[in-house]
Amino acid sequence: MAQEAENKDIDQYHYSRNLDNAVQYLSFALGKEEYGVDILRVQEIRSWEPVSRIPNVPCYEKGVVNLRGSIVPILDLRERFNLSKAEYTPLTVVVVLQTGDSNKTRIMGVVVDSVSDVISVDKTEIQSAPDFGTKVSNEFINGLVSVNERMVMLLDVDKLLKLEELDQDES
Amino acid sequence: MSIDMSQFHQVFFEECFEGLEAMESGLLTLDMGDIDSEIINTIFRGAHSIKGGSGTFGFTVVAEYTHIMETLLDEMRDGRRKVTQPAVDVLLGSVDCLREMLTAIQNEQDINNASVGKHKAALEVVLNGGSMPEESVFPVEQELVDEEVSVNDASDIDEEESVGLAEQGWKIAFCPYLDLLKTGNDPVRLFRELNELGELTTTVNIQDVPGFYELDPEECNISWDLKVVGDISGDEIREIFNWVEGDCEMEIQPLAKAVKSPPVVRKIDPEPAAVIIPDNHAPKSAEIKPKPVTEIKKSDSQDSDNEVAKTTAKASSIRVDTDKIDTLINMVGEVVITQSMLGLVGENFSMDKVGQLKRGLAQLERHTRDLQQSVMNIRMLPISFVFSRFPRLVHDISSKLDKKIVLKLVGENTEVDKAVVELINDPLVHLIRNSLDHGIEMPADRVAAGKPETGTIELKAYHRGGHIVIEIIDDGRGLDKDKLLSKAIEKGLVEENNLLTEKQIFELIFMPGFSTAEQLTDISGRGVGMDVVRRNILSLGGNIEIISELGKGTTIAIHLPLTLAILDGQSVAVGDETYIVPLVSIIESINITERMLNKVAGKGETFRLRNEYLPVIRMRGIFNVHSGNPTKSKEGVLVVVEGQGELCCLLVDELLGQQQVVIKSLEANYRRVEGVSGATILGDGSVALILDVPGLVRFSIR
Repeated sequence: MAQEAENKDIDQYHYSRNLDNAVQYLSFALGKEEYGVDILRVQEIRSWEPVSRIPNVPCYEKGVVNLRGSIVPILDLRERFNLSKAEYTPLTVVVVLQTGDSNKTRIMGVVVDSVSDVISVDKTEIQSAPDFGTKVSNEFINGLVSVNERMVMLLDVDKLLKLEELDQDES
Repeated sequence: MSIDMSQFHQVFFEECFEGLEAMESGLLTLDMGDIDSEIINTIFRGAHSIKGGSGTFGFTVVAEYTHIMETLLDEMRDGRRKVTQPAVDVLLGSVDCLREMLTAIQNEQDINNASVGKHKAALEVVLNGGSMPEESVFPVEQELVDEEVSVNDASDIDEEESVGLAEQGWKIAFCPYLDLLKTGNDPVRLFRELNELGELTTTVNIQDVPGFYELDPEECNISWDLKVVGDISGDEIREIFNWVEGDCEMEIQPLAKAVKSPPVVRKIDPEPAAVIIPDNHAPKSAEIKPKPVTEIKKSDSQDSDNEVAKTTAKASSIRVDTDKIDTLINMVGEVVITQSMLGLVGENFSMDKVGQLKRGLAQLERHTRDLQQSVMNIRMLPISFVFSRFPRLVHDISSKLDKKIVLKLVGENTEVDKAVVELINDPLVHLIRNSLDHGIEMPADRVAAGKPETGTIELKAYHRGGHIVIEIIDDGRGLDKDKLLSKAIEKGLVEENNLLTEKQIFELIFMPGFSTAEQLTDISGRGVGMDVVRRNILSLGGNIEIISELGKGTTIAIHLPLTLAILDGQSVAVGDETYIVPLVSIIESINITERMLNKVAGKGETFRLRNEYLPVIRMRGIFNVHSGNPTKSKEGVLVVVEGQGELCCLLVDELLGQQQVVIKSLEANYRRVEGVSGATILGDGSVALILDVPGLVRFSIR
């Protein structure tokens, strides 16, 4: 399983000598559940710091922080997925993710309980997600994979960070 | 050419466009018929440097074209040609044409030859046609002029006729050396031979003939412009002149291509012929000389540097006054000194140095602020960058509409941020077109209304507070309130028995689809536009208001922030949160208690400020702030703000302090938030939201 990650649209050179099928994910925990995001979308991992609240937005949009001079919104994934709320502790982690196409990239932070690991996943092992019904709507989930007997839900970063009102505003 | 010329292209284009602008404004200020030599000189210089530059860079087309303009201008400059309205119009057209050509070259596109040809032809017509001897200017040559007038007229008519026929033939500029006659050659013989080949027209230039006492009868002081019409080969002509070759300066050109030089002019020209010749033979020298130069350069600049040019062409640059740079450098020097002073204090620091440290920090603060100011200043451009285009616009449109309109510019040197300059142009164009088309009446109507025949539009810019105010004032017919209102009711934009204030009625013209113009013109009247204008101005963080009096005129005032990057803010506390209220929108702040607010219908609240009831917006309520001490909301501070011309009060917990804040976009990574125009980073690194006062007012109404 120690194959290197592969991502079609990014670094060709890095993977040329390796299998086509491996992708690396950063896995993190929300309660007892484990999620993964494409590691190439991860810009940095920070500890939680107080945010400036934005008025009149959905509660999972916690607010904005100053990330080296740019204003970056922070989303709470627990609240996004309608999981029970957790107290923010010094161990709470913010994963800063990049989203968007080549024209415009956005940077956003997501609050998670803790980051667990970097996992390499064989693409062929990714199973499509069954319909969960309520808790986590399918739209964010690319698929499921099991790593060391644990199930990891792989999230689609672009869909995850697509704020509903965002597109309305742009149009 | 070992030097890569393309690296200078950008500068060249910039200079050209600058020159064109100068030429344009010069042309517009040219008092008809009255030659202010300084203005003509300015225009001439513009044309000349464009010609020179384009020659150097191998843009032959431009050089040739400019050369013709230059010829015309030169004649105007010397007073050989009167400045007439048609000539000025043609020159203006040429300025446009040059601009088009240069833009095309800059973008590596093909030049629109048809339009260039058209303008060139128009120029040539002016060059040939409208020239009149300026008798009064050269009284000494009076007799000569008189003598020549008849010849002159004849040749003029002849020329016009022949132009109409598009004849074949040759044009010969024949300028013998002084000693031609001494070699036994007689020009008359030559002319006779020419006349046998075809129909010959001769024009004599005698401006070199000295006064009677200096006259040496053996010298040939005369030169000729000859025109032979007929199916003749160039060799035949050259054969005739074979004998005098070496005794004269001569240029032979086919008629079809020749740009006819104005023969009349030469006769009375007081300048020595040697100087004049290249000018009067404009087409020839332009056609012949630059070509080899071009070819050399084409091979080296166009082939290898296409890509470079493409990329550099798009780079936007800004011209900065050297004074500003000097100030900046001074400022940096100060900061460095302060920094090293503080460094010294920091070394071996002890408590007795606290005073020194504080002083140093205060100094640093001052310098940093100054530095920031100077850096921001670099981005500031005089508003004349925008205004300078309008005389042309007014000139063109007023002549199209047969109206007499003068444009007055006031405060052109008012400085404003580059971004604002770029974005304000279109709205202003629109507003001025409106004034021209709808505002100012036809001359007859104006006279009937007891106003001067010539309408005035005043474009005025000045600073007020942190804003720049741009006013467009016309003395036209003004807005008709009743008409506006009935139109609005007709269109269903307003309900029948709604009572609107004067201000609200004028605001109607900003509604999409609203137009009172009886008929559409290609200038305005479609009812789109004013809403776009307002939207653009609002998006710049400004606002627009209208003052109008029926029959007297209309004033449209645009308020814009000086810069889009920094604003003076008042930080206020709401619960635990800090918000920034732009200082410019704050009228005053009042400490109040809950009792001083009046409930309206159980919902809204008002505050009575000097006999005026103002709506109150509770920031806690509108932003759902629950933190902080709720009992504190029983009393607080009312910040009276003005948004879109309306006053209203924001109820906040506390005023914190005033500071300059750097505006950061919320939208870059996030999205627009209602009631918030942006964010900024406070001294402690945390983020504070900047309130969008007009947006907040709108938001609170919903």
